[in-house]
Amino acid sequence: MSREVYERLVEEFPETSLEYLEGKDPAISVKADDLFEVARHLKEKQGYDYLSAVTGVDYPDRFEVIYHLYSMKEGPGPLILKVSASKEEPEVPSLVSLWPGANFQEREVYDLMGIRFAGHPDLKRILLWEGYEGHPLRKDFPIEGYQTIGQEESS
Amino acid sequence: MQTVETRLRTETITLNMGPQHPSTHGVFRMIITLDGETIVDLEPVMGYLHRCQEKIGERNTYLQNIPYTDRLDYICSMSNNLAYVMAVEKLAQIEVPERAEYIRIIMVELTRIVNHAVAIGALLNDLGCFFTPMLYALEERERILDLFEMASGSRMMCNYMRFGGVRYDLPPGFMPELKSVVAALPAFIDEFERLLTDNEIMRIRCQGVGILPPDVAVGYSCTGPLLRASGVDYDIRKVDSYSIYDRFDFDVPLGTNYDVYDRYLVRIEEMRQSVRILEQAIEQIPEGEVSVKLPRVFKPPEGDVYHRIESPKGELGFYLVSDGSTNPYRYKIRSPTFINLTVLPELCKGHKVADVVAILGSIDIVLGEVDR
Repeated sequence: MSREVYERLVEEFPETSLEYLEGKDPAISVKADDLFEVARHLKEKQGYDYLSAVTGVDYPDRFEVIYHLYSMKEGPGPLILKVSASKEEPEVPSLVSLWPGANFQEREVYDLMGIRFAGHPDLKRILLWEGYEGHPLRKDFPIEGYQTIGQEESS
Repeated sequence: MQTVETRLRTETITLNMGPQHPSTHGVFRMIITLDGETIVDLEPVMGYLHRCQEKIGERNTYLQNIPYTDRLDYICSMSNNLAYVMAVEKLAQIEVPERAEYIRIIMVELTRIVNHAVAIGALLNDLGCFFTPMLYALEERERILDLFEMASGSRMMCNYMRFGGVRYDLPPGFMPELKSVVAALPAFIDEFERLLTDNEIMRIRCQGVGILPPDVAVGYSCTGPLLRASGVDYDIRKVDSYSIYDRFDFDVPLGTNYDVYDRYLVRIEEMRQSVRILEQAIEQIPEGEVSVKLPRVFKPPEGDVYHRIESPKGELGFYLVSDGSTNPYRYKIRSPTFINLTVLPELCKGHKVADVVAILGSIDIVLGEVDR
């Protein structure tokens, strides 16, 4: 499933560097700069109309954003896109304009993992409050300690 | 000639609903911008129940996470268990004995009936029909919770499923009790429906309210009864036919008007279909083992998997990254109601404040799962 789509993508985008990742769930690795165009092609031409999940993972050398795409008509298998982002300034393009359902999910990844989504209409924290320091799902976030909150805020 | 300005100058006002509001089923806040009585904009504010379960999940071992999944959507603990253990089974390639598969199906389909009954009861509560329908729902739920207690020792936080099976085999006396509960369910659903479906107030409050067209529902990643009430034939039990769902004969009910009333009808019909699955499962369930032996220190191989199930509220998925150690490297919960809420502002625009309550009730949220 993913293999065929990958080959079609390589034909469609000969310039971009796509990579096929073997695994229990095969995935396609995409560069952040090409993500939007690849995603738009998948949605408009290949029928992947349903974006199921947006996940951020903090690996020792990089951040990774993972998109699980499904097609409502075609049938089962997920198509998984993996995008790497740098450790210092993690940023990937937002897909909200393609799938509005990505809105809260991208905000959640930003909130908990600290990955910015360029072009998101309203990128702010969703589960934690404005003014919270740090991003708890990052591996370097301390799991013990105190943070003083609500000092300056009156409302 | 002098012209007279006849139009009133109006302003929008901002109304804060929640976080402590009876319609929100927990602590959930909506900032509503109103033009007169009409909603111009709505912003959901959540996170009041946030426990950072995903971080806790990375600290826990794989086994320790199972009771935590109970506490996501605390009405459907069995479904949450199933989604998580199936993800780990996919990661570690564990085969599940036949009997355990059937026990799991029985438990999750009972959960679906509990969830939909409670969801409808809560919707009616929100509409102002205080606790009469809810008590009808809870009465039936009690009998099902008794079954959960017999099997797992707990009524709500079941913590029943394990990697490669379930914790205990069904106790003696379970099957006769299950048969009597399942035999009584169609009458309960009929009665429930007889009281509600043609109820005039129910119809006036629900029909034509919160219309969600199919393309919008798909674009907003809606799943579960919300999606199927919008006429999209997408049930993960059919699409992925995970576990042993391919052995059962059941239909996927779809809505035709895409409104709150259709979501109610879809839930009623899904309860009927669950009864059908239960009847078939009771007939087919074999004898045998209910679990496989796993090493005491459980270390799945490296890799990442995503597994999703059709939980009563929608697509519940777990994305796990393993680095070969005893703890997950990443433990992500794709919670259905959190993502279903993305469409809430779209659904509410143009309606009145009173309709927000009905629309929110029809999405069927549980804040334990929204906030995680």
